[in-house]
Amino acid sequence: MSEKNRLGKVYLFIVFVVLYAPIFYLMYYSFNSGGNMHGFEGFTLEWYSEVFHDTRLIIIVINTLVIALLSSAIATIIGIIGALAIDRIRRKRVKNTILSLNNVLIVSPDVIIGASFLILFTIAGIKLGFTSVLLSHIAFSVPIAVLMILPRLQEMSPTLVDAARDLGASRRDVLMKVILPFISPAILSGFFMALTYSLDDFAVTFFVTGSGYSTLSVEIYSRARAGVSLSINALSTLIFLLTVILVVGYYFVSRGSARKRGKEPAAGLGVPR
Amino acid sequence: MSRSSRGLYLIPYYLWMVLFVALPVVLVAYYSLFDIEGHFTFSNYANFFTPVYLRMTLSSFWYALLITLFSLLVAYPAAYALTRTKHKQLWLLLIILPTWINLLLKAYAFIGIFGTYGPVNSLFKAMGLGGHQILFNDFSFVFVSVYIFIPFMIMPIYNALEDINPTLIAASRDLGASSFVTLRRVIFPLTLSGVRSGCMAVFIPALSLFMLTRLIAGNKVITLGTAIEQHFLVTQDWGMGSTVAVFLILIMAVLMPIFGSGREVRK
Repeated sequence: MSEKNRLGKVYLFIVFVVLYAPIFYLMYYSFNSGGNMHGFEGFTLEWYSEVFHDTRLIIIVINTLVIALLSSAIATIIGIIGALAIDRIRRKRVKNTILSLNNVLIVSPDVIIGASFLILFTIAGIKLGFTSVLLSHIAFSVPIAVLMILPRLQEMSPTLVDAARDLGASRRDVLMKVILPFISPAILSGFFMALTYSLDDFAVTFFVTGSGYSTLSVEIYSRARAGVSLSINALSTLIFLLTVILVVGYYFVSRGSARKRGKEPAAGLGVPR
Repeated sequence: MSRSSRGLYLIPYYLWMVLFVALPVVLVAYYSLFDIEGHFTFSNYANFFTPVYLRMTLSSFWYALLITLFSLLVAYPAAYALTRTKHKQLWLLLIILPTWINLLLKAYAFIGIFGTYGPVNSLFKAMGLGGHQILFNDFSFVFVSVYIFIPFMIMPIYNALEDINPTLIAASRDLGASSFVTLRRVIFPLTLSGVRSGCMAVFIPALSLFMLTRLIAGNKVITLGTAIEQHFLVTQDWGMGSTVAVFLILIMAVLMPIFGSGREVRK
């Protein structure tokens, strides 16, 4: 038995090495003065300084962050509304229909979302660029926010609302002082998931971005197609560190709140596309 | 507040559903009926059934199948081993973490690793096998895709394995089953739902990946996704692109009732 356990551990270890090798390979060569991803010549921070001196790249990073924050904030608000809408439907069949419509954008391949949105924006006369990218990021983040918020809303005992109403609270008060505070942890995770989806998206943005506007992943794609450039390595190292900080931070925050509710922490940590 | 105005605040959500869920599907179907000059026609559909497109669809299916199969082969033992570790949550986090790294960066890393002077070729040379062109062919495409999808396959299988009641395994042992028989007759059948959603979470995206075929496969592999991207953004033949998209949607619609949505991944 113990030998089998060891075999499993060795296998798992190999899987981990393979999963992480490319990432560390990228990071390692970001310090290579040789200018290529083979043959390490000497240590340099040249590529990092290149990243920080590349105004175009910095503007693109700011674009990406603005889009991510704005779109997830708006998507979370629509998501709260959506969760409330689904929660108040009583007929089971209607509820399931709305839920499956809600999930369409989660299960469809990015290419189809991108292509259909491209048609939509062209017909609507919306110029490709900031607006179209923002709208599509909001659009594909809404269902994720709904799915994160809805379970928490359903956990809420209806007696809470009844009690508030009996005590004379207006509908507005019930929403603002009872429902929203109760679901606020779910709202936070919904916002966080929307944020990661937005930051991670490439395919949809690639379709609906015009020639003058770019986000980080679109920029990485066009630079990678042009060939190896170690400033991408430096950039990806920075992104990796940021991601680790974000994920670990989220892990501890959700573990803190999950402990109180007695749930497994990683269960709330979804897998992005 | 009058009764009819109560639901007013729900408008933004339903508006989203009409504008961004229903309308795009309708528009894709509508556009598939027009040729590149904007004339109403069924020729796109006739085109789709010519050998060129049928062969492409078939090869796209074949690659997606290969990618799904290899992901499953790697992921199942890994998920199994994962349930036997002490610090499950930490290991799980480590499995999930790479999925948060942008897919393009991982693909870019492989351009270096599989390159002519990359470490894999150096290893080949050191073993006396000589240099090979590993990048820009179907092998590298399948390898990198499997690499990217492994965590998506591990998660649902891991969840299914965790849900198994341990007394069932104990019972199987007590009744004299060897560990292999227990695995084949008890554990595997009980995790089929996880396997199904994992396969779905891999298969559909594998049909539609286009950035990998461009970056890694050097345009040697054409998937349905590549065809859509090509028609929409390169040749500007939106009608034909929409037609391919319609078929991709149909394929999904057929597969999903069988395999589930594949998005139970995020439990």
